[in-house]
Amino acid sequence: MIVDLGYGAVLITGLLALYGIVAALYGLWSNRPEWVESARNAMLLTFPLLTLAALALIYLLVTSAFEVAFVAEVTSKAMPTYLKATALWGGQAGSLLFWAWLMSAFTSAVTLRKWDRDREFLPWVILVGLVTLGFFLMLILVFENPFMRLWALPDGSVEKHLLAPAGASLFTPHDGNGLNPLLRHPGMVIHPPMLYLGFVAFVIPYAFAIAALVTGRTDDRWIRITRRWTLWAWLFLSLGLVLGGRWAYDVLGWGGYWGWDPVEISAFMPWLSGTAFLHSVMIEEKRGMLKHWNMILIITTYALVIFGTFLTRSGVLSSVHAFAQSAIGPAFFVYIGVTFLISMGLLFYRWNDLKAKNQMTSLLSREALFLLNNLLFMGILIICFWGVIFPLVSELATGQKVTVGPPFYERATAPLFAALLFLMGVAPLSAWRHSTAKTLGRAMWKPFAVSLLVPLAAFLGGVRLFAGLLTFWLVAFVASVTLYEFWRGAQARSRRAGEPFPVALWNLAKRNRRRYGGYIIHLGVVMMAVGIIGIEAFQAETQKTIPQGGEITLRDYTMRYESLAFFDTPDNRNVARAVVSVYKNGKYVGELHPRRDFFYDSQQPMTIPGVRSTIEDDFYVLLVDWMPISSEGATFKVFHNPLVNWLWWGAWVFIIGTLVAAWPDKDPAEMAVAAAPVPSRKSVRARAYGD
Amino acid sequence: MENTANRAKFIIGGLLIVAAIVYLIVSSTQASAQYFLTISEMLTRGDEVVGRDLRISGAVVGDTIQYDQQTLTLTFEAADIPGDNAEIEMQGGLAKALHDAVVDPNRPRVQVVYNGVKPDLLRDEAQAIMTGKLGADGVFYAEELLLKCPTKYEDAVPDQVQE
Repeated sequence: MIVDLGYGAVLITGLLALYGIVAALYGLWSNRPEWVESARNAMLLTFPLLTLAALALIYLLVTSAFEVAFVAEVTSKAMPTYLKATALWGGQAGSLLFWAWLMSAFTSAVTLRKWDRDREFLPWVILVGLVTLGFFLMLILVFENPFMRLWALPDGSVEKHLLAPAGASLFTPHDGNGLNPLLRHPGMVIHPPMLYLGFVAFVIPYAFAIAALVTGRTDDRWIRITRRWTLWAWLFLSLGLVLGGRWAYDVLGWGGYWGWDPVEISAFMPWLSGTAFLHSVMIEEKRGMLKHWNMILIITTYALVIFGTFLTRSGVLSSVHAFAQSAIGPAFFVYIGVTFLISMGLLFYRWNDLKAKNQMTSLLSREALFLLNNLLFMGILIICFWGVIFPLVSELATGQKVTVGPPFYERATAPLFAALLFLMGVAPLSAWRHSTAKTLGRAMWKPFAVSLLVPLAAFLGGVRLFAGLLTFWLVAFVASVTLYEFWRGAQARSRRAGEPFPVALWNLAKRNRRRYGGYIIHLGVVMMAVGIIGIEAFQAETQKTIPQGGEITLRDYTMRYESLAFFDTPDNRNVARAVVSVYKNGKYVGELHPRRDFFYDSQQPMTIPGVRSTIEDDFYVLLVDWMPISSEGATFKVFHNPLVNWLWWGAWVFIIGTLVAAWPDKDPAEMAVAAAPVPSRKSVRARAYGD
Repeated sequence: MENTANRAKFIIGGLLIVAAIVYLIVSSTQASAQYFLTISEMLTRGDEVVGRDLRISGAVVGDTIQYDQQTLTLTFEAADIPGDNAEIEMQGGLAKALHDAVVDPNRPRVQVVYNGVKPDLLRDEAQAIMTGKLGADGVFYAEELLLKCPTKYEDAVPDQVQE
């Protein structure tokens, strides 16, 4: 019953999407707006219908309707209700439905905006939205249907079908497989939705870009409309990536947060092109340049979003994330190929209309540095893409499958990341149109001098690693430039408007949220970089088997193994939990409980670290093994991860910055005033404030 | 005139960056390439691949797993499975290919030595993806060990529920 309801809702939505596509095209062709209006209504209807379908599936999951194959695959009786509900995205079929549902929410929302000034975009935005949605619905309906049931055939075998095959009876297993224990973590519960929200929201700027190309309205209107959508998409994608890292750190038990796994990279790639896009649209808004480039970036981002969805869900590459092989691979490749070619075809068709209004004149101007930033982001993207496809390329070229591992990515991207950090320090100080080394140097020397103190302090503190000192200087440089910018802007305002400094700072950020929000994001990135340097360059680890009362010492820390207990939990786990006392420089600082959970239903153990986390460092203890007969001796693996907490705190700052930049304005008219250039105190730098 | 000079400046700058990125890709690829071989390919080629960075995939033979807690040394045997996904599908899926590999005594096998924590997923008929080097003694010294247990999730039919 519920199964029919859910499946019926998806089927009707699919037909509706098809109808909407036809109606929008017909309305355009015959110039009858009522058909476009009808297509818009179809678009709006997809959301309640898919909500119904998603709720139906959640209901089946929560009530453990194991006759539904998907429910039996991803849940079991012992799982708590919230995990049963969120198992919606615990497997491929459910993920696709979830993706489509989010997609319809976003595209419906965007069709509800006021279109007065942008009527001509509407049918095309609807079309792009419906085509994308239709593709995912097709995948659900044809290949990966979460509503398929299990049927016992007369010959005794069990098969998955939507409707009963001849002579078959419904087969209800006693219990389901249960969600992969590795995924039973709060971070994992919200990590996929965040990634998906990011993926889905990037479809909106793409839809407007296509609308702009088709209609020939090639000014920067499409960018202005979608600016906030892009920021939100970017925020969700960033959050998804950070949460994934946090999950790896807490659950995977290797003391790291990022493994250059192909699936991680496939979520990282649209983030890279999206970040480049966020920066370069400012050049188009300010200076009417880089129009082709922005189109290429958003088209690429869209292709990478679809590619990322495919990679995360198809298991085409060997990876810890790959759960299964599936039939949807070819469909994805065809879809990505066709949409990419059509988009690029449109771009070439409009190539001459997208000529830049201005020319780059100075290598050190703000716009040139932004272009450099874009090249670096795309460079990292190309390195990532190369690494992911290299096994396929090498096999085609030489017949020999050759892979590249994390060292490849680390080696190839590190210089580019360092260059990006450096740019992050220089670019805010350069002027639009024209900058010389002299003007830049004059603007830069004070924060530069301050930043040198940090590597100096690190050197005196005993750090001798050159790469470490260099990167510490880089982050210090960016931080001091950014803070200097805040200070200088607020001071100028305070002097001009006679406001006290804190008020001036507040008003400055409020009037110019995009710029100062961006700076806050930069500060967040700097903090994250500190954490990454800490763990990458200064991590230490050791492992040892010790008797009860024995000790392991690593740097300033000593841990003593006190006891080990075993017990069963109501959710079908057997837990081995060690008690460990931690001493820092001989002083007792607390107790940790590294443990190992054994899941009876999936016969799989899971190692959960005990972590003492401070702003300075993390002391990270894993219970690896213990003597089988007595609990006298146990093996521990211990990590010392300096500064890693900065990574997570930086993420919070990053979120705040993005919210500052993306939060909707109350009054668009006021925004227009705020965006007008305010003459700066030093006119030499000729910097406009609206960016 | 000034315009062309300006343009040249940008083109040269752009080319330098492109060259730098190409250099990074090429040199890093050469420095960290790992040959992906099946176990039988590795054993057939023998001396030719000894000491090179390899990435091999095989089925874990459960009976052979040994773990020394004092030295944290893990040893087990891995049985040859096809390297090609399509071939695995033809044999009836990964779970079946792994099972067949383990029960077949004639399958080429290699002794694997790994130093470190015993991975949670290590068990009979798991797929092990190992990065490391083949020693002259015919033992594979793994530096990295990645495990997959395909039978548990998203298999066609949840097999443990049939009674």
